[in-house]
Amino acid sequence: MGISTSLVYLIVLPFAGAAILLLGGRRTDKWGHLLATALSGSSFALGAYHLIQMVNRPAEMRPTSQKLFEWISVGSFNVDAGLLLDQLSICFVLLITGVGTLIHIYSIAYMAEDRDRRRFFAYLNLFIAAMLLLVLGDSYLSLYVGWEGVGLASYLLIGFWNQKPAYATASKKAFVMNRVGDMGLSLAIMIAFATMGTVSFSGVAEQAHHTSEAALTAMGVMLLVAAAGKSAQFPLQAWLGDAMAGPTPVSALIHAATMVTAGVYLITRSNFVFDAAPIAQLLVVIVGAITLIFGALIGTAKDDIKKALAASTMSQIGYMILATGLGPIGYAFAIMHLITHGFFKAGMFLGAGSVMHGMNDEVNMRKYGALRHFMPITFITFGIGYLAILGVPPFAGFYSKDMIIESAFNSGGVQAIILGSLTLIGAAITAFYMTRVMILTFAGTKRWDEGVEPHESPWLMWLPMAVLAVGSVTSGYLLYHDKALYKWLSPLFEDHGEHEELLKPIVVSALALTMVAIGVSIAIYKYMRENVDSIAPVDVSFITKFVRKDLMQDQFNEKFFMRPGQLLTKGLVKTEDVVVDGSVRAVARMAIGSGSGLRGLQNGFVRSYAALILIGALALIAAIWVVVS
Amino acid sequence: MDASNYLYISALLFTIGAVGVVVRRNAIVVFMCIELMLNAANLSFVTFSRINGNLDGQVMAFFTMVVAACEVVVGLAIIVAIYRSRRSASVDDASLLKR
Repeated sequence: MGISTSLVYLIVLPFAGAAILLLGGRRTDKWGHLLATALSGSSFALGAYHLIQMVNRPAEMRPTSQKLFEWISVGSFNVDAGLLLDQLSICFVLLITGVGTLIHIYSIAYMAEDRDRRRFFAYLNLFIAAMLLLVLGDSYLSLYVGWEGVGLASYLLIGFWNQKPAYATASKKAFVMNRVGDMGLSLAIMIAFATMGTVSFSGVAEQAHHTSEAALTAMGVMLLVAAAGKSAQFPLQAWLGDAMAGPTPVSALIHAATMVTAGVYLITRSNFVFDAAPIAQLLVVIVGAITLIFGALIGTAKDDIKKALAASTMSQIGYMILATGLGPIGYAFAIMHLITHGFFKAGMFLGAGSVMHGMNDEVNMRKYGALRHFMPITFITFGIGYLAILGVPPFAGFYSKDMIIESAFNSGGVQAIILGSLTLIGAAITAFYMTRVMILTFAGTKRWDEGVEPHESPWLMWLPMAVLAVGSVTSGYLLYHDKALYKWLSPLFEDHGEHEELLKPIVVSALALTMVAIGVSIAIYKYMRENVDSIAPVDVSFITKFVRKDLMQDQFNEKFFMRPGQLLTKGLVKTEDVVVDGSVRAVARMAIGSGSGLRGLQNGFVRSYAALILIGALALIAAIWVVVS
Repeated sequence: MDASNYLYISALLFTIGAVGVVVRRNAIVVFMCIELMLNAANLSFVTFSRINGNLDGQVMAFFTMVVAACEVVVGLAIIVAIYRSRRSASVDDASLLKR
């Protein structure tokens, strides 16, 4: 492993941007967004430089590390703050800084009218710095710092327009649900320290072979809780829909391309834990499978374009989590889908932002329609993203999603058939709701509100969309061709040899495309034949109502977690009041009572004082007498 | 003669003094009773000195006398001052130091 001294600048550059913009205040209003974009771009350039360096080295020499300083040194517990750039983190570094820079550029135009644009860019830079720390940290503890940092940036950006109480609530909801996951991560770190005595990735990887399976399972489950919180996976998925309250570039960067994929990174990074803990691995698969169907179902009933895309994000990350749960055959494909998803989903979110920009910030798709004539560039870039997420060849999603479906079918046993079928059903539902989004937005008749005049967005906005669209077309083939990404990442994972193939790749592709075709046909049949109402119909089936309410996720959380939590809090407050405060107050009352009782003796007569002294002295003598004799 | 007789006298004098302090109102009389108690204590000191055959008790008696002399000076001054301001030497009249 090589030593590098320039890794830290990847993080320092955007962090400096955030610091300058936040501390500089209004003075930096004029050029703050340019500085932030330039710093994010230079971080990308540095990342690209590192990639070229890495490619030129032999595989075992590719990872580089940098020790920053001795962080914690208590007795036998030593943690160095260090950075590690290997084949896995470089993928993330380029995705974060690349998509991040594009979204910075997009935001210059998108947030042009906002008087707090500088603050927005400061938060964006802060996010990039924290996310880079998350993927570059060489121990669970440094990862944890980045993990909290992105949580903070996400909170600040979801609530960026916190003058609206609903948005402020959404940011709080995201933060609180993320805290549940964070608790999982901190417990996992504690388990690692207690059982292995180290928290660095290399240390844990070494110790994993000599550690009991029970401890590894516990650690794996806690890591899964952390991943579920950050990546909006079942059962901690409810915050992602509300997180769409943030400005659209935020949804594209944080809640589609990067932060929500941190869970996938965490599980992939901890492959040595999960490979040795089959139960935890099975749970990962189950969580992924549930979420991919859950998210897809929610997506079918959303009229808010951003929330439909958010549900889709949840579902696609479900695919990735499922792939990571399959073990060594799945990690590379999870990362591949993560990268292609970063391109096409960020592109579609930016497209949605562009539509909102042209439609006076209207998010209800039932009030769109026929926009393809008015926003051709948005239509084309969004359409490319749409084809990519559907998995139509040769777009990116075709390669990455098919690989996941294939791995699911090849994972062996009964599990393989169940998982394979679920991923196929998920693909069909995805096709249905994404086609619905396309039709409602770009096809059909105009259902606009009065006074809305849609127009194409400025070049600063469509340029990033175009770049991401190019990525959505090409990234899949580039990563798939000659197993490029698989070979690139394989030194990091322990492969257990070849797996039996249940279905041939071509059969899987055919099945997937058939399912997609079914989904698309149903959507066209349902939404193209007749005009869509601009108000959502009310007399719908029980199932539709159920799905519209996000499958009761909020009601469930409220009934089973919030209410009991409130009861518990109330009980604790009561206990605190009666027991703790009560005993303190009782002591005070005793002192007051005895004081006012004895006050009667203080009568001002010298003779009574003298008598009391005398009585006291006699009592003392009597007491001594009794004790002595 | 048995030395313990002096101790009985001392206890008797002390009791007279103590009762005098508690029951008499005249400040001068109370004051004299305090002197009586002090001297009762002195008598005990001297007696114990005699019984135990060392001079510590005698030394202590001298100390007590010195303290008593000082106390007389201060005490009489206070009594005179109170008498001047209140035209009374009764200890019960000066009872302002209450709740």
